[in-house]
Amino acid sequence: MLAAVAVLAVAAAGSVLIGNETIGVRAALGTWLHPDGSDVQRIVEYLRVPRTLAGILAGAALGVAGGLLQGLTRNALAGPEVLGVNAGAALSVVLGIAVFGVDSFGGWIWFSFAGAAVTGTAVFVLGSLGRGGTSPVKLALAGAAATAMLGGLTTAITLLDLTTFNAYRYWSVGALTSADSAVIRTALPFLAVGAVLAAASARALDAFALGDDLARSLGHGLAAGRATAALAVVVLAGTAVALAGPIAFVGLTVPHMARALVGPAHRWLLAYSAVLAPIVLLGADILGRIVARPQELQAGIVTAIAGAPFFIILVRRRKLAEL
Amino acid sequence: MRTRWVRGEPRAAVVTVLAVLVASAALVTSVSLGDYPLPLTDVLSVLGGGEGATRRSAYVILQLRLPRALGAIAVGAAFGLSGAIVQRVVRNPLASPDIVGINAGAATVAVFLIVVFAAGPRTVAAGALAGALVTAAAIYLLSRRRGVTGYRLVLVGIGVTAMLSSVTAYLLNTANVYTAQQASIWLTGSLAGRSWADVAPVLIAVAALLPVALRLAAPLRALELGDDLARALGTRVEPARAGLLVTAVALAAVATAAAGPIAFVALAAPRIARRLVRERGLALVPSAAVGAALLALADLAARRALAPVELPVGVLTTVLGAPLLIGLLATANRIGRAG
Repeated sequence: MLAAVAVLAVAAAGSVLIGNETIGVRAALGTWLHPDGSDVQRIVEYLRVPRTLAGILAGAALGVAGGLLQGLTRNALAGPEVLGVNAGAALSVVLGIAVFGVDSFGGWIWFSFAGAAVTGTAVFVLGSLGRGGTSPVKLALAGAAATAMLGGLTTAITLLDLTTFNAYRYWSVGALTSADSAVIRTALPFLAVGAVLAAASARALDAFALGDDLARSLGHGLAAGRATAALAVVVLAGTAVALAGPIAFVGLTVPHMARALVGPAHRWLLAYSAVLAPIVLLGADILGRIVARPQELQAGIVTAIAGAPFFIILVRRRKLAEL
Repeated sequence: MRTRWVRGEPRAAVVTVLAVLVASAALVTSVSLGDYPLPLTDVLSVLGGGEGATRRSAYVILQLRLPRALGAIAVGAAFGLSGAIVQRVVRNPLASPDIVGINAGAATVAVFLIVVFAAGPRTVAAGALAGALVTAAAIYLLSRRRGVTGYRLVLVGIGVTAMLSSVTAYLLNTANVYTAQQASIWLTGSLAGRSWADVAPVLIAVAALLPVALRLAAPLRALELGDDLARALGTRVEPARAGLLVTAVALAAVATAAAGPIAFVALAAPRIARRLVRERGLALVPSAAVGAALLALADLAARRALAPVELPVGVLTTVLGAPLLIGLLATANRIGRAG
């Protein structure tokens, strides 16, 4: 755990220093200790630090949400993005821009949050109807179908409205650059609530892993535990989408890394996910800055391109549904 | 094969004939309506090979409106047939070419060509075709592991789609807003301004591949029973499945190349056809006919609903298809057939 935190610190430092304007450690520390109003200070203070914070917070939220969701559904392929929350948030943001004329990121956050929450809940309900509750395929298909449907509606709206389209396409790639410090401050309380809920449901999730019957006989309230975990997922995933736009595959893949490191007990699994996911997201962000210089590849694009092969490998493994 | 289908399944024949009638009616209406309205008698006489009242009306009918109206029918039939095959091969009522990822490859290549090379419609169509075929091959190979199971195909398709659509989103971001919007119209699917050269490949593909699909479909009845039982009955599952998937992919790819990835037709047409035919079989021909009727009606509405402004037909199919999809998800999961 200490090692993971150390790596995260290195990644965060890298995220502050590396970029189009590479900044030396000494220069960065210097402006921090003695603010001098120079360009370097402004870059660090207004661009790099918020971006890094957004990456850490959104990453941690996605990682924990993914871990919770996989435990909740006993489904290796569950992740916030598979539930269609990204598409739901996107449609909601587009509606916010087009219908209500919301033009600031501070306004979008609420729409994205609401959209993610509603879609996540709906897909989860749809995917768990019927005998046997959720299955990987049911959930993934329900999510894919919702994504196709909401994505179509989003395109339809943006086609009719050029201004909305222009604002939307920047949001849609999943960039860490859109959050400023005010947005980050807004997001913090939500993340805190989400973290508390997640911690509270860890024990119940461990019990679910044994199966419904055994969990019940061990005296765990199934409904209450599930509801807590589901609420945590919605809060965390919604906030992450609001902070960083639609970022794919972080919430899906990181819990698997964490599981490989610390095994299936949720308390540790979630804690590791919360540390590993920001490393992955910041790493993707830094990589995107390096490979496409002087432009950048947004973090969401890097994670999708790197994460999809991981998803496919998971699918190809035999024991798919068994966690 | 075909004679047995007509004799043995009268309902299927009735549904097919009705759907074809609806499609024809939509075609005639679509040809006659427009900013330059033409009387029905004129339309019918020109379509029947006559002269038409003026040379201008013959030109408008044969060169401008007919290709588009026929294009809607052909594209709809191709999507309907393709969807019917995919749903049966994968044995999942929610799978369709647009959901399992075949379209994503077409979309990425098309947007790349539009944004980076400012390519014209022909080049975009050719690129989309190539993109769809390569993606389909990739999805198939990636899901192979001692044979291909339906669910693995679906899930790999979802993963590949996620990757490709993020590339598409990035490309849209690098362009100026007008180019990006043009690409976005392609992404929605539209039949506006299609000429004979755009439409002919789809007509040929449907005419050529429908008999192929019917021929290959005989083993599908055994597939219905599940891979193991089908194998026990002596059906060679893998070649039949591969051949049908290739047919379905070719149909979807050609249709997408001509009109863009029009959503939900491939999903909805087979469902509607099967419900009308009231049998759990394949209903390939009825699916194609229903697809043709659906898209012919949708394109007519897209052209004229907000006239003189035209909507891309994909907007309409999405708005109409979305509630249907929700309903399908709910029922399919409740009766436990979705996975």
